[in-house]
Amino acid sequence: MAVSRHKDAVAPVRTRGPVSIWFGRHGSTAAASFRKLVRQPFSTLMIVGVIAITLAIPSVLHLMVKNALAISGGWDDALDFSVFLEDDVSLEEAGSVRDLILQRADVASVTLVGRDEALAEFREQSGFGAALDQLDGNPLPHTLVVRPGALNTPETIGLLREELTNLPETAAVQVDTDWVQRFHAILAIVDQSIGIGAALLGLAILVIIGNTIRLDVENRRDEIEVVKLIGASDGFVRRPFLWSGLLYGFLGGVLAVLLVHLGVFLLDEPVTRLAGLYRGNVELLRLSLEESALVIGGGAALGLVGSWFAASRRMRAIEPG
Amino acid sequence: MIRFENVTRRFPGGQEALSGLSLNIDAGEMVFVTGHSGAGKSTLLKLVALIDRPTGGQVIVDGQNTARVKRRRIPAYRRQIGMVFQDHKLLYDRPVFDNVGLPLIIAGAGPRETGRRVRAALEQVGLLQKEKRNPETLSAGEQQRVGIARAIVTRPKLLIADEPTGNLDPDLSLEVMRIFRRFNEVGVTLMIASHDIGLIDRLGCRRIELEEGRLAAPGDPAEEPAWP
Repeated sequence: MAVSRHKDAVAPVRTRGPVSIWFGRHGSTAAASFRKLVRQPFSTLMIVGVIAITLAIPSVLHLMVKNALAISGGWDDALDFSVFLEDDVSLEEAGSVRDLILQRADVASVTLVGRDEALAEFREQSGFGAALDQLDGNPLPHTLVVRPGALNTPETIGLLREELTNLPETAAVQVDTDWVQRFHAILAIVDQSIGIGAALLGLAILVIIGNTIRLDVENRRDEIEVVKLIGASDGFVRRPFLWSGLLYGFLGGVLAVLLVHLGVFLLDEPVTRLAGLYRGNVELLRLSLEESALVIGGGAALGLVGSWFAASRRMRAIEPG
Repeated sequence: MIRFENVTRRFPGGQEALSGLSLNIDAGEMVFVTGHSGAGKSTLLKLVALIDRPTGGQVIVDGQNTARVKRRRIPAYRRQIGMVFQDHKLLYDRPVFDNVGLPLIIAGAGPRETGRRVRAALEQVGLLQKEKRNPETLSAGEQQRVGIARAIVTRPKLLIADEPTGNLDPDLSLEVMRIFRRFNEVGVTLMIASHDIGLIDRLGCRRIELEEGRLAAPGDPAEEPAWP
């Protein structure tokens, strides 16, 4: 009798399979962490709000660059080529070159600027009149201003440029897209700086969440001590804090995306009106699905990492004894 | 079940809580550790629970040399032992049921297993009706019984208790000891630190008396229990 009662008294706990344990624990811990956040709506909202703003700043800047690129991208093909002809090309020959180029399907218009005309214009606009008088003759060539057609792609523009350069009468071809390219280069640098700024702000989120979790761990010091006494592993103790951090980051990311969308929505109308005054149909780009997912996922990941470091560091210091 | 071999616990200042202590507790025994405060009772229990480590000698629990239990393995080691504390160490942000079920959740038991075991444990300490109460609303004696239920809910082979009746009046103390006695009768090994000599003598269990970290008087396992 004693033996059978002994067996009954000392029985190992029947546990579920490891996968079932994993899901069961995480499910209940996640639910508990979420309830905890809901129970303290004000502090949760503050932390989530700070994270959201921190995430929204680089998102908004990136969106600005994206829109600037999209709007200025349309300027490329509207730009003119300046085809400088050889010095020995006469005005009549220049006229026939113009007619030749005009026959091309990818060219919208060609304007001939004679060298005398150009000199007069230059004299008037540059203020170097006196200096020009010192010169023996007119140093300027005849110039053809070629405007490509609207249907050109960057490739056909390149081809057009090459063929204009290869004309026997051509001395040089200058494309006035250089400043657009510079502008794009500047935008690319700005976009990269935003990346660096975003990394710094990500660090700030790590600190915010880390500090929140650190305080949380400190507040639950007694509880941690007790569960460690009755055999809880570090992983078990850490789990609720990881979920809290993950939820903070995730909710912050969702709120950030909502804020950015709201901002675009508010700006859309005035921008459209402004664009209407110039060239019409400009539509502001929004955050794409991928970008939104990146913001939310990034927030969640930062929350997880921040809470991991904070919880692991603080927990180790809390030992029963 | 528990063997101390020449165990010393010396603190950095040089004082020794235990000095070359050797003792042996067999499986199925119910043993009291007595002595004045500062005699080393708590240290003794802490070494068994791996809350503390000896500076010399060996502590062997259920065949395991505790010196070989690495830090990472301590939680799994502690889960094999039931522990009862003088100040109960309950969590007051959750009901009795959740407190008692905590070791099962830590061990990874499913909800059905947890419910079954928690109710069985609460029944054994006579608190089945109070599973939904917050421990704060319970009396000191009831809180201690909740602590005991939590210690036995995983049905460990070994139960250690540090002054479990320290805060209780004599009647409640006797009640708690009766509960311990019942566990002992079904095969659980118990090691209880207490200074309540009168009560211990009524139970008639073996007594290990410590004095300044050493055995004062060897216990007498042959003595017939004078259980009332």
